[in-house]
Amino acid sequence: MDEKKYQSKYKRVGQAYDRKDAREKVTGQAVFTYDMELPGMLHARCLLSPYARARIVSIDTSKAKALPGVRAVLCGEDSDILVGLYMQDKRVLAKGETRYHGDVVAAIAADDEETAERAISLLDVVYEPLQPVHDVDEALRAEILVHDDINELKHYVGVFFPQKDSNIASWNKSKKGDLDMAFEEADLVVENEFSLPAVAHAPMETHVAIVQADPYSNKVRIWSSAQSPFAIRQIMADSFGISESDVEVHIPYVGGGFGGKAGIHLEPLATLLSRAAGGLPVKVRATREQEFNQLPTRAGMRGRIKTGVTKEGKLTGVRAVYDWDSGAYADYGVNVGKTAVYSGIGPYKVDNASIDSKTIYTNKVFSTAYRGFGHLETHWSIERQMDILSQHLQIDPYEFRMMNLLKPGDQTMSGEVITESNGSPSDCLTAVVKEIGWTGRKTEEERQREWKTGKVRGKGFAMLQKAPAMPANTSTSVIMQMNGDGHVKLMIGAVDFGQGAITALAQIAAQELDIPIEHIEISAEIDTRANPYDWNTVASKLIFMGGNAVIKASREMLRKMKEIAAQALRTDPENLLHANGEVYHRHSPERRLTYKQIALGYMYPNGTGIGGPLISSGSSIADGLTNLHPETGQGYPAAVWTFGAHAIEIEVDVETGYVDVLKVASAFDIGQVINEKLVYGQICGGVVQGLGSALLEGYKFNSDEQLMNPSFTDNKIPTMKDIPGKIVPIYIENPQHNGPYGARGVGEHPMISVPSAVGNAVYDALGINFHVLPLSPEAIALGIASGKKSILCTDVDCLPGRH
Amino acid sequence: MDNVKDCSMVTEHIESGKRKVTLSLTVNGRQIVRDVDPNMTLLHFLRDNLKLFGTKEACGEGECGACTIIMNGQAVTSCIILAVEAEGAEITTVEGLAEDGKLSILQEEFISQDALQCGFCTPGFLMSTRALLDNNPNPTDAEIVEVLGGNLCRCTGYIPIMLAVRRAAERERKELGR
Repeated sequence: MDEKKYQSKYKRVGQAYDRKDAREKVTGQAVFTYDMELPGMLHARCLLSPYARARIVSIDTSKAKALPGVRAVLCGEDSDILVGLYMQDKRVLAKGETRYHGDVVAAIAADDEETAERAISLLDVVYEPLQPVHDVDEALRAEILVHDDINELKHYVGVFFPQKDSNIASWNKSKKGDLDMAFEEADLVVENEFSLPAVAHAPMETHVAIVQADPYSNKVRIWSSAQSPFAIRQIMADSFGISESDVEVHIPYVGGGFGGKAGIHLEPLATLLSRAAGGLPVKVRATREQEFNQLPTRAGMRGRIKTGVTKEGKLTGVRAVYDWDSGAYADYGVNVGKTAVYSGIGPYKVDNASIDSKTIYTNKVFSTAYRGFGHLETHWSIERQMDILSQHLQIDPYEFRMMNLLKPGDQTMSGEVITESNGSPSDCLTAVVKEIGWTGRKTEEERQREWKTGKVRGKGFAMLQKAPAMPANTSTSVIMQMNGDGHVKLMIGAVDFGQGAITALAQIAAQELDIPIEHIEISAEIDTRANPYDWNTVASKLIFMGGNAVIKASREMLRKMKEIAAQALRTDPENLLHANGEVYHRHSPERRLTYKQIALGYMYPNGTGIGGPLISSGSSIADGLTNLHPETGQGYPAAVWTFGAHAIEIEVDVETGYVDVLKVASAFDIGQVINEKLVYGQICGGVVQGLGSALLEGYKFNSDEQLMNPSFTDNKIPTMKDIPGKIVPIYIENPQHNGPYGARGVGEHPMISVPSAVGNAVYDALGINFHVLPLSPEAIALGIASGKKSILCTDVDCLPGRH
Repeated sequence: MDNVKDCSMVTEHIESGKRKVTLSLTVNGRQIVRDVDPNMTLLHFLRDNLKLFGTKEACGEGECGACTIIMNGQAVTSCIILAVEAEGAEITTVEGLAEDGKLSILQEEFISQDALQCGFCTPGFLMSTRALLDNNPNPTDAEIVEVLGGNLCRCTGYIPIMLAVRRAAERERKELGR
């Protein structure tokens, strides 16, 4: 960690408290859904499709059903329920046709694991393998439809646009200005293609749900390793045709999410099994292999960017086409694709631009949200393109970016005018470029000299931006109640799955109420019966929206306290101040009451009480957002932008292709640090996760789109051996006018643009432009061996002489 | 044939039906004698039989280190060791790190350096580190990386863990005279 300590101007906000959930987590006491067992609980096993696409000719379940101990056997014929957050396209059990290798063909609940396992082997399924849709180009030809019912699929109308008789789950568009003119006026027009593969979230706790469906009513009780209890409740109610109050969702500790546990996953299947088993609780847990090949991934993406620029380096126009390989389903994937149309040109002022973003069905494992979704992918394209443009122009890439970055008065892609309150992209870039010691690109001569030593160093940087990707009316709420001892119980319906939100929210409450953070009682465990509504724990929105709700609730609490105290102290509430857990008279401070004295109502010496238990609430809804215009993409999608930049120094071994990351400097304009220790944790975690996408990770499929690397053995994620030599976090604090204490979200942002910065550093080192991820040792070594200056494909098939 | 595809990797213990074997061992200082299925892994024995749920499974094939415990002074991945292999062994799990209701220095440093986020991999990291520091009270960074390179964490980016291990080693040497 950097030695210089962050200094806060506040007593509690900005202080580096230990996380509230830490003690339980270092002693083995924290209970995850994986650890849970309920009385009478059954165990489930699933049979997954052995083909990317096949017709289910017949399923004989008789032998499985006859096995003693089997309580429920389900297949597609037993349920027509479709689920999904934005697009209701996901069948709980495949019927008629399977759509990917992880589609659930049958599921069994039994008294114990052994019986469930044996019963699965007694299922007799006959398949007729069908030609799958392999990739986005094949999908766009629409000769085979992954969903032949696409025209009827229920979806979020006006926000997502499924195309008739196609494999396009949503085609989102934006455009402004005159692009033809822009390219004509440009001195240089450069067009490039960039791509990246699907990758796994790889949370350490795999997806797991336990459901108990009351056989005598519609009641469904769910315990799940999930990010979004209220989204599960709403989707369950909608898909099962029951009321939201029939669905009870409990979230114990969650072993990592990264977006992969947003939306809805194993809960509907466990519900169907519990119902079929007479209401006994059923646990469904993904194995690590299923976590890779059955549960969703980050979509693979291809971006085609055409940019016009003057010889001085001013951008005149950008045309971007993003094609997302969403796999078999796009229930959440469409929202990933949507982000591209308002964020997909990066934090730059471009008056003439158009973006087409298509979320496309294929017969691969399906996709969902993944930390900073849509942004790591589009920024890989845009920030590599910016670097390549600066090479053509022979302008320093720092100067080139500074010339085009958004500044107050400029418009974003969707037409939103940026003000000082949005934070400063250029402050971030300047800070990281300085930290990394950037003095301009390496010359070819320097490169050649270093090359002889076997190791070449390079520096690169990249910008990033992200605003929460969420419906225009997204909201959250908190309830606050004072305990008898003057401590405060704070409840919110959003989940802390490791990001540290409950600690940061407690700090805001403690700051407002002026009591020690230890006096704020807040639990990471959520129960929809008690905790108030929150839309979804995603999008780095929790500190921003939840923080504002906490401030509102705290101020209402203080108002109520002062009303009671005023009566007791025989004065007006406006004469009262509060500090250190006491309410006191501003002119005669000896007239004072402790919070404890009024917590449950004030009691006069004769026993008479006034007031009653102190309780308050606070709500927060996204302010002034609109749906985007379906054709032009103009509107207000961004509750709060957070801008940032990474600068990275690497050393490439030209023999092995191994990229050693020496230093990463990361700056984010987060407005206000709430807890330096937690922000640093998000930065280290996000940067290393980004390095995984940059250097290591990527799905590999066989010719039938079966995942070939569904394990940690073959699908490497970073280990301690892969950490950079140094990560320098830089916090820029231009306050957000409507953020809590001026703060913005930063949970996802550290991951965005890490691959772009690495790619740019690789160019600086080698003089080779890579257009595809990951930049694995073999990709780099093969790239060097190819003798080419642009590497569009790093598969062995693309080696010289193969075509 | 198709049906066996997803039965290869099992997350819970499946009874083999074989005759049980009597197992005696010490876990967190407590003498244990139990009859176990000879096919049962040590991880399932700790969780299912002894109800020590702190030890986690995250891959089931010895790749991620979440199930790391200390057996006879060595860190081992309990998901690929049979319970019967622990006959006579001295075992420590995450539940055995704190003594007399007081957190150990190692646990304190994991908290103060924020070396954990979701917490699922944390018990494994703590146990790998405990074994490292027991065998080498003053490890170099390279030695720390070599040992903890076998534990996966998707949240922290490892740097805070590295800092916690360094600090814990330093404090243990100073405060416990290691």
